Amino acid sequence: MGRGCELEISHQQDDGMRMLVAQEIAEILKARFPNGVLESATDSSHPHVVVAPELWHEVAVFLRDDPRLALNMLRCVSGVDLHPEPTIELVYDLISMQPGPGGGLWQNGGTIAIKVRVPRDGGHVRSVADVWPTANWHEREAFDLLGVTFDGHPDPRRILCPDDWVGHPLRKDYEFPKEYEGIPAITAEAGTGGTAK
Amino acid sequence: MDEKIIQAQPDVLVDFDREDAAAGDLRTEEMLINMGPQHPSTHGVLRLMLRTDGELVLEAIPHIGYLHRCAEKIGENVAPFQFIPITDRLDYLAAMINNQAYSLAIEKLVGLEVPERASYIRVIMAELNRIASHLVSFGSYGLDMGAFTPFLYGFREREYILDLFEATCGARLTYSFITIGGVTIDLPDGFLERLGKFLDYFEPKIDEYNDLLSFNHIFVKRTAGVGVISAADAIAYGLTGPCLRGSGVKWDLRKCVPYDMYDRFEFDIPVGMPGGTNGLPREVVVGDSWSRYFVRMQEMKQSVRILRQCLRQIPSGEHKGKVPRVLKLPAKEVYFEAEGARGQLGFLVVGDGKPIPRRVKVRGPSFCNLCIATHVCREVLIADVAAIIGSIDVVMGEVDR
Repeated sequence: MGRGCELEISHQQDDGMRMLVAQEIAEILKARFPNGVLESATDSSHPHVVVAPELWHEVAVFLRDDPRLALNMLRCVSGVDLHPEPTIELVYDLISMQPGPGGGLWQNGGTIAIKVRVPRDGGHVRSVADVWPTANWHEREAFDLLGVTFDGHPDPRRILCPDDWVGHPLRKDYEFPKEYEGIPAITAEAGTGGTAK
Repeated sequence: MDEKIIQAQPDVLVDFDREDAAAGDLRTEEMLINMGPQHPSTHGVLRLMLRTDGELVLEAIPHIGYLHRCAEKIGENVAPFQFIPITDRLDYLAAMINNQAYSLAIEKLVGLEVPERASYIRVIMAELNRIASHLVSFGSYGLDMGAFTPFLYGFREREYILDLFEATCGARLTYSFITIGGVTIDLPDGFLERLGKFLDYFEPKIDEYNDLLSFNHIFVKRTAGVGVISAADAIAYGLTGPCLRGSGVKWDLRKCVPYDMYDRFEFDIPVGMPGGTNGLPREVVVGDSWSRYFVRMQEMKQSVRILRQCLRQIPSGEHKGKVPRVLKLPAKEVYFEAEGARGQLGFLVVGDGKPIPRRVKVRGPSFCNLCIATHVCREVLIADVAAIIGSIDVVMGEVDR
């Protein structure tokens, strides 16, 4: 009984909306942006496509609006410092959530991660806060902790650290401050605690 | 100032009964009000900057970061096992689920198998913790709306769950119980019987609380139709969990992208329904504060259902798989999301061929849920801000990380 039901459901999914695998999403992207897709690793543990920073906003609008892709939910934006390489990688994890037939369970229409690589020094990329509003806070966080500038961001301020904080803490070469506003920091040298190396 | 009085006075004197005309001439000044960081209805150290015109909130700007403890920086300086206690402190009301999500992410990265019994124990702990977390949400939301008693009831029931946790792992809030490869120790003797007794006791209580608070006339008046979020907005702003389902989107990772043993259980996914149907109050609108709150109440029932199935299905066997003492993380990366009590808790872990990851990124569901606050708290009353923020149910430990 259970088996039969499962088969029926998957069949229905084939008729209606089918889950795109990362490979297919990458093919569609490559066909539309032959110069925009720099690299694709769709069979890796984290299927992703690397997109040229100057085309990222255009690609983002396409990803959201193309009816075949409809990647309507931006799940997460993560910045990864690739130090000692002079690059910061922005990872945008996307998923397509589509209504199920007859008001039922919504379905996963496909997932992919988009990577945009920017230089560590003065790296900047167009903001996608107008494409997925949730990017607003995620990008503020990436700016705050990693120092990537987002052009056209509606509210380009720090988000977690205070406004007068110096430096971007999640950079690999970040030096921990000795004090903040005259308050001395607890350091390993003082023997009262440990800090990261 | 003088000019204004002179302008306003003739109207008031001549057309005293024409209130609207007088109101049109009276200009009021906007006022900035700081709500928080120490305010009972901001659930922790959330600071909202309210731009108000009288009782009307024109704009609410959240300021976060008061609880920022650099969890992600710690994550990239310690081994995965050492990071598990830090995950406890993200969403401290549902620490088991945080442990579970991070463990699953690392297992996916390294390629570890988890014994079946361990997976069942994880589901038991996660669902119990979901109930405990929703009970706090239920109680404190009542408190926000001026009902004190539900808070005591919520905490009374939660105490039984914490006792079960204490019997299992010794801790009542930050457990570090679910770990990479399984769980740290097997369930204590008599645990399943105690759990069964608790479920028998607890299930009827949910209906009692619905009668007490959910359908209470004053409570409905305060929350129904307030802070309506459409399904399209909910998705665009990255809302997940009860906030997304309150907007009528039937999406739950436990069903849509199952992990651990969730594909073996039968349970429903409650979503926001229009008022007047299924015995809901007429004032209710899909996506309002009441719907978000009520989804949580119904989810507790579903968790009870899952737990009962666990009790029937749980096999004997190992509680932890074979895990090397030092985990060498391959030079790969994974992004994994689990359905937490507040939404999808995601971990991006980038390995580097060393025992310490290059990067650990936490997608806190409360962080994403809170970012819609400015959009929703527009042209609402100050009292409604408390209703909206309470219904989003943020835990600041997870927002600020």
